[in-house]
Order: sequence, then structure tokens, then C-alpha cells
Amino acid sequence: MKQSKLDLAGLPAKAAGEIDDRLQVSSPLRRLLNKVFPDHWSFLLGEIALYSFIVLLLTGTFLTLWFDPSSNEVTYHGPYTPLQGIPMSRAYESALQLSFEVRGGLIMRQMHHWAALLFMAAIVVHMLRVFFTGAFRKPRELNWIIGVLLFWLGFVEGFAGYSLPDDALSGTGLRIASAIMLSIPVIGSWVTTSLFGGEFPGHEILGRLYIAHVLLVPAILLGLIAAHMGLLVKQKHTQWPGPGRSNDNVVGIRMFPGFAAKAGGFFMIVFGVIALLGGLFQINPIWLFGPYEAAVVSAASQPDWYVMFLDGSTRLMPPWEARFPLWPGHHYTLPPLFWPTVVLPGVLTMLPLFYPFIEARKFKSKASHHLLQRPRDVPTRTALGAMALAFYIVLLISGGNDVIADKFDISLNAMTWAGRVGLLVLPPLAYWITYRACLGLQQHDREVLAHGVETGIIKRLPNGAFVEVHQPLAPVDEHGHPAALPYAGWVVPKKMNRVGALVPTIKGFFFPIEEPAKPAYPSEAPVSPAPTREGITSGKQ
Amino acid sequence: MSTNSDVDFDVNDRSLTRFDLVKEGARRDGVEIVHYAPRFPVPGTRAEKRVERAIALMLFLTGLLGLGFVVAYIWWPWKYTPGNGLQRLYNPVLGLTLGLSLAFLGFAIVTWAKKLLPEEVSIQERHDQPSLDERALTGATMLNMVDETGIKRRPLLKGALLVGAAPLGLAAAAPLIGGMIKSPKHSLFETAWKPANGQRIKLTREDGSQIRPEDVSAGGQATVFPGVPGGATNEHADSPVLLIHLREQDAQTLRDNLKNVAVNAEDGGAMWGNYVAYSKICTHAGCPASLYEQQTNRLLCPCHQSQFQITDNARPVFGPATRRLPMLPLTVEDGVFVAKSDFRVPIGPGFWERP
Repeated sequence: MKQSKLDLAGLPAKAAGEIDDRLQVSSPLRRLLNKVFPDHWSFLLGEIALYSFIVLLLTGTFLTLWFDPSSNEVTYHGPYTPLQGIPMSRAYESALQLSFEVRGGLIMRQMHHWAALLFMAAIVVHMLRVFFTGAFRKPRELNWIIGVLLFWLGFVEGFAGYSLPDDALSGTGLRIASAIMLSIPVIGSWVTTSLFGGEFPGHEILGRLYIAHVLLVPAILLGLIAAHMGLLVKQKHTQWPGPGRSNDNVVGIRMFPGFAAKAGGFFMIVFGVIALLGGLFQINPIWLFGPYEAAVVSAASQPDWYVMFLDGSTRLMPPWEARFPLWPGHHYTLPPLFWPTVVLPGVLTMLPLFYPFIEARKFKSKASHHLLQRPRDVPTRTALGAMALAFYIVLLISGGNDVIADKFDISLNAMTWAGRVGLLVLPPLAYWITYRACLGLQQHDREVLAHGVETGIIKRLPNGAFVEVHQPLAPVDEHGHPAALPYAGWVVPKKMNRVGALVPTIKGFFFPIEEPAKPAYPSEAPVSPAPTREGITSGKQ
Repeated sequence: MSTNSDVDFDVNDRSLTRFDLVKEGARRDGVEIVHYAPRFPVPGTRAEKRVERAIALMLFLTGLLGLGFVVAYIWWPWKYTPGNGLQRLYNPVLGLTLGLSLAFLGFAIVTWAKKLLPEEVSIQERHDQPSLDERALTGATMLNMVDETGIKRRPLLKGALLVGAAPLGLAAAAPLIGGMIKSPKHSLFETAWKPANGQRIKLTREDGSQIRPEDVSAGGQATVFPGVPGGATNEHADSPVLLIHLREQDAQTLRDNLKNVAVNAEDGGAMWGNYVAYSKICTHAGCPASLYEQQTNRLLCPCHQSQFQITDNARPVFGPATRRLPMLPLTVEDGVFVAKSDFRVPIGPGFWERP
């Protein structure tokens, strides 16, 4: 029998054909390859969070191979001399071993911690982007809600993570967490003893935190991230207004090869930055903190940055304890800790969850929105966001007010009072300033569209008056008056370079590598003409 | 998405280029490629070569640094030893090689995508108008599903389902809640200072040694633990105490202030001479309030900056704490400090049942 010759070059095509015979994947696959993604730098922020999460999974898996979440007491005999002979929990000892006695263990630990900080930072900045550009509006409310949940899950995951090594800082954090749980009315003491398996700290909590940190929360995070991405694919990306862009299309590049290559490259860059941080910048040096002892704490005890705003709210809370008799002879206590650490996070969860619906109701908007809005075009929302941000920043700064007081030689009590006052005064102020700034920016856009770009050339009129020459953006009529240009919801060129008055930079380091392009005449510069909105708006549409 | 012009397009037409097929595929997916131009219309220009060389260099550096990482990982002295040595650079070297290797790979790919892949503008139609017909059909199917079960006209089954499902739902929750639930009992009201078998508990240092009055000089203070097995460990996280030897004048101020506090006057007073002991666990969130300022006799909790005026019976004078630090009644037996009794109020952060 004649042996058929193996056709190596035709093998991939043949294999693909065999797969398609069985699964009929060619059209869904092609639809995925052809999916169009719009391009803008602000769309990369969420990607940073996604890539940090992947790094977290990779480094975290490595850490589980050595870490032992046991609260059994052991005596340290490792190579780190300052702690030798000191009793500590097995969890702390294994975290020390990871840092000193596992080859590459320290960089993995530090990368894990840096990636967690970056994950939360990227989530917050991504959330701000989505909020200020109105990307959360119908039909994307569900994805916004998932995003808010992802923030809080990341928060819990991060807290559980830095509580695990059982060093002085993590134990202090856990003790505060137990006090927060204790402050809940009626059920507080039961919740605390149930979760800790007895009185603080007990023997259960590390094991429970561990399984939550490595299995439960990551599994929910993974599921929600998958849903987040799935909804993104289903609903397609939002885009900025611009030439050819409308509410009914997506303008950009196809997923393959362009978008995928950029995204893949960006992943490697994020991964690289985390590796550099993990190698070069010390984070959470647990060996300097020592094991957790209930009687020991040092000054400047700070949680990770994403927990700091709640630490700040706790510090600023005035000592208002409610004590009341429910029936004669029995008094009950509502500790002040309850308000900044249970009620405030509750409000901070519920408000953003419902914000898309509240806004739609206020603006009486029922349509689907796929075009983003510049923050200046919706002053109410932008000002509300600035207000929330001011509130958050005051809390964040107050979370480190002892360090600021120390470094800048300010009275600690003055810092606390400044925070208390600032928390009430700055948000409304931020609202007002932002609102005015938005209106001003809108007005300037309209002015440039109507009169043109300032050239910086001053002309003296025959009557002695000075005027600045403006370069109109639209063609002029026979009297020299430019035609009216509608505002298109996108950047209006405001500098002469932007309309091609200057020759573009010539590429090449030592010598030019290409012929410089000819400058376009300003009057021929492209201006996006799509008339979508008119006049200054308050964001209603 | 497919339109009626599918039939006009012959995929097997030999005169079509591959890009014609790409465009047709995209069209069928609702994507129109409106602009597609190579970055370098004339192949092989100096500018193009320059980009190619840059990418190649970055990929070469990726490999070199990646190899450097592996070499350093294996051969660089890594074992921790105190003092300066090459091993101190182990972590930075790993970070530099791995980080730069990954970053160069990332920059190479991004440069490739931005400088060499064709410039493209594609437009994809959104189809997010719900089909009301489809919705009506699905709705009918779902309602029919309910009808088929006949749950509406079979009230007995409806009731039986409820009676059957609810206990099973509880059974699912029971192990989790039942397994974890634990009564606080008296744990929040008692500490290890409670006299055991009629024996008062001694004040001990972290190493278990007893404390005599002459061990703490005037103006000084010491952290002490209950003299029970494991008294200084986290087993008794509610028991650490700060023993303070006040100067004569300060002690007198405190004694004057204590006259109004009935609970401290029991059993002949809770101070012993100029010595006084307060729970170290902050009444706000449970951190150890351990920063003692001798000049003002204030105790500061470093977690949330609550400040307690020791000479005013540890009254909270600033910050979020609302209650005084509980005082441990002191006395001296056989020359060493002992606690007369447990704290007379619960220590630590507030909770609902606290009277």
C-alpha cells in the first residue's frame, strides 16, 4: 500500500477544517476576530486592573506552596537574627521563611503585594473614568454595579491578604476589624465570637481568612470579572464622539491583530512594572514589624492605601456614643465606631450602586447611550463626582494624619480638626468650583468655535484700539465672518499647533529619517462636523 | 447579520484577493473596514528598517534579560545572611531582569502593533435594538412553562412546595451558621485578671517575672500581664495592662479625681500608693493605647489617636474614644503587685450588651 505523504504545510488548515467539521466554529470565531474596539488612552485603565489580577493569581499560587495559616505558637530559629528565639505564630514564621529561606520567595511576596495595591488603584481610577464620562448609563448599569462589587471584593480580599502573615500590623488590623464587628447593634458580639471562633484572636481566624483569601473571594472575583468582560463584549465598548462615530456604531480597530497585540503588549508592560516594583521597592517588611502581640503597637500604624479612607473616617468620628435603656435596669450601647466603619461603607456601597438609575431619573433619560460625554458637558455629574472625590481624599489624608502631623510638625489634634471641618466644607466647595469650571470650559469651547483660535498676534486698529487676531475654524464668508460651527461633544482645537500652524516634528534622533510633512493650511484643517448637541447644557438630553 | 447579498458573493472566485475575503467576512459580521493602509507604503525604506531594528533590539533584550533572570535566580547568592553582601542584591537583580525583560517584550509588541501593523479604521454596527417579537415569543414560552406545571390551579401543590422547600433551604444554611455560631457568653466581661480559686492574680512582665513597687520608678510605667500560664500571649489579648508610677503631685490629682468615682473606691481604693494600673486595650477599637506622654500624663492610642488623661482617671480627652480606660484594682501582697479583682467594667471596644 502506498503511504500517503505527510503534508506539513497543509496540516494547520486540515486540522482547522477537522475542528470546524465537528464544532462549526468558523463564523463565531470570525465574529470575535472582527470585533471592533475603539481606541483611547482612558480605556486602558480597566485593563491594568485585569492584568494585575492575573499577576495576583500567578504570584499568589506560588505563595500558597509555602505559607501555613496556623496560629500554633512556635519559636523562631531562622536566619533573621533580630527575631531569633522569639515566640510567634506558625503563620508569621512561614511568612518569614517565604521571605528569607525560599529562593525568590521575597520577590514573589512583594510582587503579590504591589500587584494588589495596583489592582485596587486601577479599579478606582477606572471607576472614575467610567463615572466622569457617563459610561455607566443605560445599557451598562449592570456592569457598573458589578464594578462597584469588584471594588468591595478587592477591598475584602486585600484586607484578608494582609491580615494573614500575623505580623504586628496585620494583627492590629484584625483587632480593629473585630471591634468594628462588635459595634454592630444587637448581633455584634455574636458575629464576632462566631467568626473568630471565640474571643479575639482565637485560633480559627487565620485559617478562615486563608480559605476566604485563596478560594472563596478569588472565585467570586473571577466570576464577576468574567461577567464584567462578557457584558463588555456583548454590549460593545463605548466611544468618544468624533468623525463618523454615532450612537449606532463602534469605530476603531478590529480585535485581531491590532487590538490584541496592543493589549498583549500592555499586559507585559504592567507585568514588568509589577516585577520592577517587587524587586526594587520594599513593601510590607513584616520582619521589621515583629509578630503580633496584643500589647504592642507602634506609631504610624497604617493599613494598605485602599483601607486608609475608612481608617480616616474612624479617626475623624467625634466620640458620640449612644447609650440607652431598652427596659429598666438594662442599658445598651451603640459605640461611635459603628457609624464610620459600618454605616459609612454601607452608604458608600448603596449610593454608587443606584447612581445610574438616580441620574437617569433626574435627566429623564430612557435611551441607550454609547457615546461618552466630556466631563465639562455634564456639570452636575462632574460636580457630584468632584464632591465625592473631595470627601474621599479628606478621609484618605486623615487615614495618615499622624504621619503628616509628625513629618510637617503640625499638631495632631489640629490635623484631626482640619479633617473634621474639611470633610464637611470641602465637598460642597468642590461641587461649586467644578460646576463653575465646567460651565466656563463649555463657554470657551463655544467661543473658539464661533470666533476661532487665539493666534497671539495683536493688531492695532486705525482708531488705536488693540485686538487679537483669531484664526477661524470654519470657512469665512465674503465679510470675513466665519460660518457657525456646532459643538460636536469632542475636543475643540484651541492652539495654533492643533490646527496645523506649525510644522510637525521631524522624526529621527541625530538626523531626519523622513521628509517633513507639508503643513496643512489652518482653514483646511479637519473639524468634526457631526452636529449632536447645541449650546451649553446641564447634561440633560 | 447576514444580508441577502451573501448569494452574490462567490467565495471560490479565483479573481478575489485574500483581503477581499477578509472584507467580505467583516461585512457579514457587521464590520466595515473603511480605511486600511500600510504604515510604510513603499516597503524597505530607511524609516521602516529603523522600526524593524528597534523592535528586534527590544526582543533581543527581552531574551537577554530573561536569561539573566534565570542565571541570577540559580547562581546569584540568595541565602539570607545578616550584613552586606551580594545576597542583598538578589531581590533587586531578580526584579530588574524580570521587570525589564517583560517591559521590553511589551514595548516590542506595542511598537510592532503601532508602527508596523496597517493603519486601520473599522466601523461596526451596534445592534442593540431589542426585537419585540422575539421578546413576546420568549415571554409566552416562559409563562407557558408556569402554566404547564399547573401551579396556579393546584393550591395544594403550591403549599406543599413551600412546606417542602423552606425546611430544605434552612437545612442548607444550618451547617454553615450552626457550625460557626458561638455565644460570647461572659468572654467580653471577664479577663484573665479574675481571681482564680480564691487566689489573686499577680502582675507579671512579658517573661513571667513578678513586679515589685521598687521596680518602677516615679514617672515610669511598665506593660504587665496577668500571672497565669500564657498570660502574656495572645490567648489573653484582653488582659494587657499599663502599670504607671505617678509622681506625687500627679498621684494626688488622680486621687482627688477618683473621689467621685464610686467603682474605684470599693475595697479601699483601686490605686496602691502612687501606682495605678489601666487596661492597655483602647476603649475605641481595641488597639493597645501605649504611647505615654510623661509631661502631660496622657496616653495616646496610635491607631486612631484617642487620648486619655491618666490623672483624670483615664478620661478620653481627644479622638473618637468615648469611655475611660478601665482601671485594674491594685494592691501588694508579699512585696509583689497583684490585682485585687478583675476590671470592674468590661475592657476594650464598646458593644451592644455593654451596660
